[in-house]
Parts: sequence; C-alpha cells; structure tokens
Amino acid sequence: MARPKIPRKSTFIDMTAMCDVAFLLLSFFILTTKFKPDEPVEIEIPNSVSSKVAPEQNVVLVQVNKDGKVFLSMDDEEAKQSVLTNLNSANNLGLSDGEIQSLVKAPFYGVAMNQLKQLAAFKKEDFKESAFPGIPVLDSANNQMDNWMHAIVTTYQGRKMNLLLKGDNRTKYPAFKSIINAFKSNEVFKFQMVTNPQAVPEGTELWNRSKRGENID
Amino acid sequence: MADMDTSQGSGKKGPGVKKAKKLSTRVDLTPMVDLGFLLITFFIFTTTMSSPTAMNLVMPKDTKNPEEQNKAKESGALTILLGAQNHVYYYEGQLQPDGSNFKSSNFKDIRDVILNKKRAVDEEDFIVVIKPNENSSYKNLVDILDEMKINDAKRYALVEIADSEDAFVNASDAANKE
Repeated sequence: MARPKIPRKSTFIDMTAMCDVAFLLLSFFILTTKFKPDEPVEIEIPNSVSSKVAPEQNVVLVQVNKDGKVFLSMDDEEAKQSVLTNLNSANNLGLSDGEIQSLVKAPFYGVAMNQLKQLAAFKKEDFKESAFPGIPVLDSANNQMDNWMHAIVTTYQGRKMNLLLKGDNRTKYPAFKSIINAFKSNEVFKFQMVTNPQAVPEGTELWNRSKRGENID
Repeated sequence: MADMDTSQGSGKKGPGVKKAKKLSTRVDLTPMVDLGFLLITFFIFTTTMSSPTAMNLVMPKDTKNPEEQNKAKESGALTILLGAQNHVYYYEGQLQPDGSNFKSSNFKDIRDVILNKKRAVDEEDFIVVIKPNENSSYKNLVDILDEMKINDAKRYALVEIADSEDAFVNASDAANKE
C-alpha cells in the first residue's frame, strides 16, 4: 500500500510574539523595580496589620538592632547640619565646621557624643554597624538620645517631622523604653514604628471594618 | 518583523541577468527571548514590591500631677504583661497580692481574652494596660499593639511594669522554662 506522503512541516517557530512579551515584561520590571536601599544596619522588622506606607521625606529614623545598639539617621542634609550644630553648641563637643561638614555626609550616627570627633574622620566605606557601639541610651542619667532629640526638635520646630522607630524583632524592651523616654522628655509624643505589612486575620473586628470599607489606618 | 518574508514576486529581469541569490531574512529570535526572560527573572528577584508600613503610636505626656492623670476604672481594666520568650500574662482589674488572678496566656489566646473583656464591660470603661517586662522583645510589643488594633481597642496604654508584677512574670517565666 502506498503511504500518503505527509508534508514535512517546518519546526521553525515564530519567536517574534514571545520576544515582544518578554521585553514588555522586562521593561515593566525595570521601571517598577526599586532596589533595596543599602542598609548599613541590619534589622529584621516585625509584622503588623498597619497598611499605612512609611513616609520617606523629612525622616528622622531611630534604628535599634538586635543587640540593642541605637543608631540615628536622617534624610535631609540641611537638617542634619543644623542638628549637628545644635548638638555641638549645646554639649560643647568642640567640633569644627569642617568636622560638622564631614559628619553631615555620614549615613548614620551610632557613637557616644564625645566620639563624634573621631567619627568625622571615618570613611564612608567603613560605616558598618559592627564598628560602632551605638548611641548610649540605657543609662537613664546619660541617655544621649535625649540630647539628640533635643537638637532634632529644635531643628524641626514649625516643620513636619516624621519620626520613625525601627526595631529588630529580638530587641529587648529596655532599649525601646529608653528611646521612648527620650522622645517624651522632648515633648515628642507621636511617632511611627516601621513594620512589614501583614494580612488582617479573618473574622476580627478590624477585618470586618475594612470589609465595610472603613478607613483603618 | 524578524520573520519578514521579503520574497517579492519575481521581478522580470532581462535575459542574461543572473538572479542574485536571495538570502533569508528570517532571524532566529530564540536567544533574544532567552536573554529577555533571564533579565526578567533578575528583576523579579531583585525588586521589592512591598514597601514597609508604619504604625502610629501616640504616647501620653508624663505628668506628676495626679489630677491630670487618666483614671481607669478597675472593672474595665485588663492588664497584659509581656515576659521572656513570647510569654504573655494578664490579669483583670487589680492584681491580687497572692497572684490568684494572674493568668498565663499566649499570643494566640490573648485575642479572645481581650474580646471577652471588651464584651463584658462598658465600652467607655474598657482599657488595656500593656506592661512589657525587660525580657520581652520589641516584636512582642508590636504584636500586642497590633492586637489592640485588630480588636479595635480604642484605649490602651503602655505602662512601666511594677516590681510586684515583674516578680510574678519572672517567676512564671522561670516555671514555664522547665
């Protein structure tokens, strides 16, 4: 029997469409991506149901790592300079203008006030949390967060300040307490804690409220 | 596009004119797709879609003057104590000197405790007092503040732990460890 001849079909697939899709997705991800900012202090932040996005401007960020070391950072360089100048004059640190200038460039502060002079000589690459002891807070007689907060509050007078507190899951409570005390003694009663978003458990009151479309912030 | 067919109808050429050999303009796009998807995977993995959120906390002003201090009715008060290793303890009203109303709980059950108390008392009187002891972690604190939000407890306060309570918490922590 003569077999009917099956015509050979080309195996060449037109990749154009696939290529289009691939590059469309690629451009989407390139445009939406935001690289994780280089975080010199390693912190595992806790989860919360809060859905409000953390502010990114006029931020004063107090970070507490897992060993209870406290670090302070700010985003606004002008404010930083003013804070350092205030801190310098209020506590007689004896920093020169040049030293203040180089301290403004520092990504975060994590030393006792009398060591700020040495910190000015630090290179940016050397800023690692392990290199610093943290701002001393635990001794209530020498809670230096208090001095910092005083300088910060003076700087931000009449302006909006977003005070953020970022603590590690394993941070023990006393470090947190000392920081809050420093906030309170400077009449700062409102602050925000940085957390990772987490789903609201089903069936709870908050869940019901958010289902009804109420604002739950 | 890359797969364009350019074979036009055979243009009439004069005799003796040799037909130039047509080269296919078909381009194999497979490597390009490979590259595209490779880059996509890279960007998917490096991207951070969810930005961190912030939780508001408002602290009351410290005041020495007892008249300015907020009063809490004993019947409506629920005190939650945080201990080491995610242990949670609570008592209602005032702590009995012998600790008979000092109860142990955990982060799962505390929600029911809060809800029961909330239902049992007037909404106006209901207040939760949170007292973390020094061995409790920041995570516990955020969790319990979160619980306030989840259960819609409008009045809550973060208060320093008293020595007698601290002793109970430490004793129970030690007992729980064994």
